[in-house]
Amino acid sequence: MSAKSLFEKVWDRHIVVPESAETPAILYIDLHLVHEVTSPQAFSLLRDAGLKVRRPDLTLSTMDHSTPTISVGSLQELKVVSEPAAFQQIQQMERNCEDFGLELRGMDSDERGIVHVIGPELGATQPGKTIVCGDSHTSTHGALGALAFGIGTTEVAHVLATQCLLQRKPRTFAVNLQGRLPAGVTAKDIILAIIGKIGVDGGTGHAIEYRGSAVVSLSIEERMTICNMAIEGGARTGMFAPDDATYEYLAGRPLAPQGAAWDEALSRWQTLPSDDDAQFDKEVSIDVSALKPMVTFGTNPGMVIPVDDVIPSPTLSDPGFAKALDYMALEPGRPLAGTPVDVVFIGSCTNSRMSDLRAAARVMAGRQVADGVQMLVVPGSARVKREAEAEGLPEVFEAAGAQWREPGCSMCLAMNGDYVPAGKLAVSTSNRNFEGRQGKGARTVLASPLTAAASAVSGTISDPRPLIG
Amino acid sequence: MEPITEIRSRTAVLPLDDVDTDQIIPARFLRTTVREGLGENLFADWRYNSDGEKNASFVLNRPEAQGAQILVAGRNFGCGSSREHAPWALLDFGFRAVISTEIADIFRNNSLKNGFLPVVVDAGIHGWLLENPGVELTLDVESRAASLPAGRVTEYPLESFSRYCILNGVDQLGFLLNHAGDISRFESRAGV
Ligand code: SF4
Repeated sequence: MSAKSLFEKVWDRHIVVPESAETPAILYIDLHLVHEVTSPQAFSLLRDAGLKVRRPDLTLSTMDHSTPTISVGSLQELKVVSEPAAFQQIQQMERNCEDFGLELRGMDSDERGIVHVIGPELGATQPGKTIVCGDSHTSTHGALGALAFGIGTTEVAHVLATQCLLQRKPRTFAVNLQGRLPAGVTAKDIILAIIGKIGVDGGTGHAIEYRGSAVVSLSIEERMTICNMAIEGGARTGMFAPDDATYEYLAGRPLAPQGAAWDEALSRWQTLPSDDDAQFDKEVSIDVSALKPMVTFGTNPGMVIPVDDVIPSPTLSDPGFAKALDYMALEPGRPLAGTPVDVVFIGSCTNSRMSDLRAAARVMAGRQVADGVQMLVVPGSARVKREAEAEGLPEVFEAAGAQWREPGCSMCLAMNGDYVPAGKLAVSTSNRNFEGRQGKGARTVLASPLTAAASAVSGTISDPRPLIG
Repeated sequence: MEPITEIRSRTAVLPLDDVDTDQIIPARFLRTTVREGLGENLFADWRYNSDGEKNASFVLNRPEAQGAQILVAGRNFGCGSSREHAPWALLDFGFRAVISTEIADIFRNNSLKNGFLPVVVDAGIHGWLLENPGVELTLDVESRAASLPAGRVTEYPLESFSRYCILNGVDQLGFLLNHAGDISRFESRAGV
């Protein structure tokens, strides 16, 4: 038998009908995550066809994208603080879950949160599972050795009705991470550097496996940050092989296997890592010990530089580059550091977990958000919020002058009423700096929680390393 | 889905690389529970000025682009989110195909499920199309041929199953439902 990669092992174990020249494979899905924005039309499709949800027990539903982050005590209050269309979407989600017999981690659930934050924290995300969601950042779950990828709404309907997808097998891509991260440089900087190196389409058609000597020292939350942005490099998904850190992370979580089932699962999970001589279709290596904090300067995540670098000059062959700099109101040849900041956003499925909030708090403690800067800290889930409160993190943020909010996607895509005003510059820990992503006319600089917090304190885009001693 | 055998139209050209789904349809228009009506806000932040008036210089607002059903765009079209609202918005606006040198994976998948044709051509043909907006093209689904003026023809990749579904207006959900027996057998074998 030929050597197999992690991706190939998970893929092969989920083949219901193999692919042929004429038809794609039918791939079984172990976990389907559903949220309010990309599912309404899928439920309508099922309704029109008179179909049921095949496996409600393998479906995990929540609301995150269009929900307000201001605390609400009642449905009436929710209506008042929400945009009318967003409120309707929230109501529709409640109705759909009720009609189709799905348990909903809804507005009043203490397990609600960004779909990619709650899957792992509930222990629903497990090594070797196939996981999909109508959301491109589903790759986040690959941090635990799952094969997880985003799908469109028609495919959401396919999975609801059949628990399966029609898929052609992607090619494989090894991203080798060597060395140890220097202080003040984070998982976010690693993934931004990877995207800078391979480009925003470098991974198109591929499933990434992150490998190499740097991997063992990365926590599961750090791996989630790195997997989260695989799509920003064009890849279908990103994965880490499960290891002791994975098992330690999962043990005891509410939906993780318990007792004898745990032992049985563990022996299965331990067979997942890529065989030593597994082949990859593409390979790239990065020495993480040479990395610096990374910041984006343009309108896609591949337009990225170390925080102490100057903004590159456009080449004549790329009209988009000049357009991006024009949109960002930045000049080539000048340093990005020192540029005045209007808004700082700590949150999103990329960086809204405990380790992210702790990192930001470490910079904020005993310091103040600079005059004229608005800072929003949005925990990824209700559980993260509770844990942060137990540790006293909100007090640190609030004492510094930042706002501490309810969990949700919030300013990451600005469809819940939280947005960056036109023309303003935001340093964000989210994953997309596309034109208008954080609000019409908003200018986004992507960075790590450390860099975002340092920029909030100084009022300009700043290197966090001097602040963390 | 209606069967499609060919698309014959003039082109409109949007010569930018990495056009992402947030540009195709900004997130604030995703607060909808239906598919229809998204065309009005296709490329909203480029098509409309901040006062809500049409931006006369944007390609799709120019008179010569009216009625074009084929969009020629730069490399890596449709990157970003998984929102199927992107092909829905393009279709609702009146486009039926996009031509580029590279099309992002999820967008491509979503397009094929809605009969919106993603057509990848080589850099030479692409460059010519970018320089000649408004030319008349025919995209044939059966033969996967893109016919350009002056008898120039190129083949574009279209996976056979998707081609079959588009040609026959087949809904892929029906195909999956026909495999219910295989799915049940898999479930009992795998213990899920
Ligand atoms: S936080 Fe942002 S990227 Fe993540 S799921 Fe929400 S909207 Fe998508």
